[in-house]
Amino acid sequence: MAKFEKSEGFVDWLDQRLAIKKFNKVMMTEYWIPKDINFLWAMGVILATMFAVLLISGIFLLMYYKPDTALAFDSVNYTIMQEVAYGWLFRHIHGVGASVIFLIIYIHMFTGIYYGSYKKGREMIWISGMLLFVLFSAEGFSGYMLPWGQMSYWAAYVITNIFGGIPLIGDELVVWIRGNFFVSDATLTRFFMLHVLLIPLAIAATIGLHFYALRIPHVNTQTGEDVDFDTESERYLAGDKKSAKVIPFWPVFMAKDLFVLSTFLIFFFYLVFFHYNFAMDPVNFDPANDLKTPAHIYPEWYFLWSYEVLRGFFFDIAGIKAFDLGLMAFGFANAIFFLLPWLDRSPTVAPANTRPYFRVWFWLLVIVMIVLSVYGKLPPTGTNAWVGFVSSISFLTLFISLPLVTILERRSSK
Amino acid sequence: MKDLKILAVLIFFTAVIYIGVEPYAHSVMHPHVAPADYKFTDLNDVTIKEQGNVKNGETLVQSNCIGCHALKAAGIDAPMDNASAASVYGVVPPDISTAGLIYEKNYLAHFIKNPAKASKIDHKFNDQNPHPMPNYEWMSDDEINDMVAYLVSIAPSHLEDKKVFEDACSRCHTMRYAKIEAHSDVTDYMGSYPPDLSIIIRARSKEFLNTFINDPQKQLHGTAMPRVGLSEDAQKQVITYLENVGDSKKGEREALAPWVLGYLVILAIFSYLWKIKIWREVH
Repeated sequence: MAKFEKSEGFVDWLDQRLAIKKFNKVMMTEYWIPKDINFLWAMGVILATMFAVLLISGIFLLMYYKPDTALAFDSVNYTIMQEVAYGWLFRHIHGVGASVIFLIIYIHMFTGIYYGSYKKGREMIWISGMLLFVLFSAEGFSGYMLPWGQMSYWAAYVITNIFGGIPLIGDELVVWIRGNFFVSDATLTRFFMLHVLLIPLAIAATIGLHFYALRIPHVNTQTGEDVDFDTESERYLAGDKKSAKVIPFWPVFMAKDLFVLSTFLIFFFYLVFFHYNFAMDPVNFDPANDLKTPAHIYPEWYFLWSYEVLRGFFFDIAGIKAFDLGLMAFGFANAIFFLLPWLDRSPTVAPANTRPYFRVWFWLLVIVMIVLSVYGKLPPTGTNAWVGFVSSISFLTLFISLPLVTILERRSSK
Repeated sequence: MKDLKILAVLIFFTAVIYIGVEPYAHSVMHPHVAPADYKFTDLNDVTIKEQGNVKNGETLVQSNCIGCHALKAAGIDAPMDNASAASVYGVVPPDISTAGLIYEKNYLAHFIKNPAKASKIDHKFNDQNPHPMPNYEWMSDDEINDMVAYLVSIAPSHLEDKKVFEDACSRCHTMRYAKIEAHSDVTDYMGSYPPDLSIIIRARSKEFLNTFINDPQKQLHGTAMPRVGLSEDAQKQVITYLENVGDSKKGEREALAPWVLGYLVILAIFSYLWKIKIWREVH
């Protein structure tokens, strides 16, 4: 058994039992981050903060929300929005937060892609991050159903219907997911469970994995330089802070992050108070009505690009039905990001703009995804349908051609 | 400054996505319509006079209107209760005490002459299925002007927002969050259940409501909702009421905003100063 001595105070007492000083060093004061970074490196801390904000505002909403098709709409729009003190604030924070967290997730993702932070030992960071993206998507979708407005209902109808396209088990799968033959009370209650319990648990665990995945390969720098963390951290601890290429997470890295975070929060709360319709669609303030299909059904903005890939294939090709083609493309689009570290065949870890071929690929991807997002919302008629088709094909082509692009780049740089 | 350059790139792409999926996409989905016409200039069958004969108007109203309508301002109750009236006419004929205030004069005159035409729901009615209120096309313009003059003379000079809403909307629409019940269930009469208006202010934009209430056919072609002919002031009162009920925390929201944002600005300033201090040691 370990030897315990009379403690010299509370901190020492705790330290003898929990090794908090060691813990603090490992997690904070001697957790090393490279110094050569820019504000994009603060997105992780913003995301962690936003997850906490969503969790806390969600807990308050959970105290009044009723997961029952007869009560859900009024529990949100009357009880929470009008009766409960500052209930509207928690709902606006939760609704806008859910939308804005995706903006930051996309920035975080594209930062990773731009700087090549997904390869050469950092594959698990990328994969756990993509897992988080999928989990947050599921969380966003299940949460959107809860107010039981028109868009809640019809989005649930459309999205659960997608699973019907899976061969052999499709029809049964849809019934299994909905818990009924149509979107009903059973559907609402189970998505409520997913939203408030199962998915948040999975997210919390995956955030743990994501942070842990950073420990061994360490954070990338903005030049892709391979920093020797052992030597550089020794130099820092020896007092040569100015020439050391690393900084401790606390307080140096966090000093910068806190500034970026508080600036972000000004923007976020401006949206919460004054500009929330983009995240809380007006259509969803009409109660769900299974007899009245809204004129335009569209998902939240962060799903638009993959939604457009799904519906971009609007005509049969070579005997395969348009719906099945769309579904295959949709499945491909959602899975392919996971494989990015292996699709990129170049060993270079550097900003995209310094890589002659990858640079073109990266900016094309950004443009294609923006076009897909915009056309994912527009009615898919006339030219819009063709723009959707062409950009869906472009999206698929970009990923299929990535190995080739990076192999050519590798050869040309020799 | 490299960071500022990166920030500019971020803001640019975020703005492009935002403009594309919000203002642009919505302008495509909901094409712009002509602004509200509070003079109802499409109605010009009756020559409107500034002054009508109030006394003659009273006689005409007494002999033509109160068979169906209440006129409580003159002490006349409705001949039937709401339930019976609804079963006879499909919809409860309104108390016309406030008509002279809340409805625009030109509209009111044309409504008396031909209700289905003025309210733009003649696509719903025909000879076999006539509008519950008969046409008064046999009346002279002078007589119609006299009736309007009388209705204006007995109308109150001012009404609460809520009362305008009740007189203008609640014969068909409920508003559960304000505990206002529709006078009768008009589902059969209208062909569908008119929506509850509790939070319609959050479900539609103010701009949409302004053109929609003024002329429902503009935004929703073929709708069973009649153009009710509210004057500009009355419509403003209705929308204010919709906002007071449907967005009841607007005042609180706008009052709290400067405190939260102010706090965050101060936090940002201090965190910037802290950042400068800490990073001075490592740069």
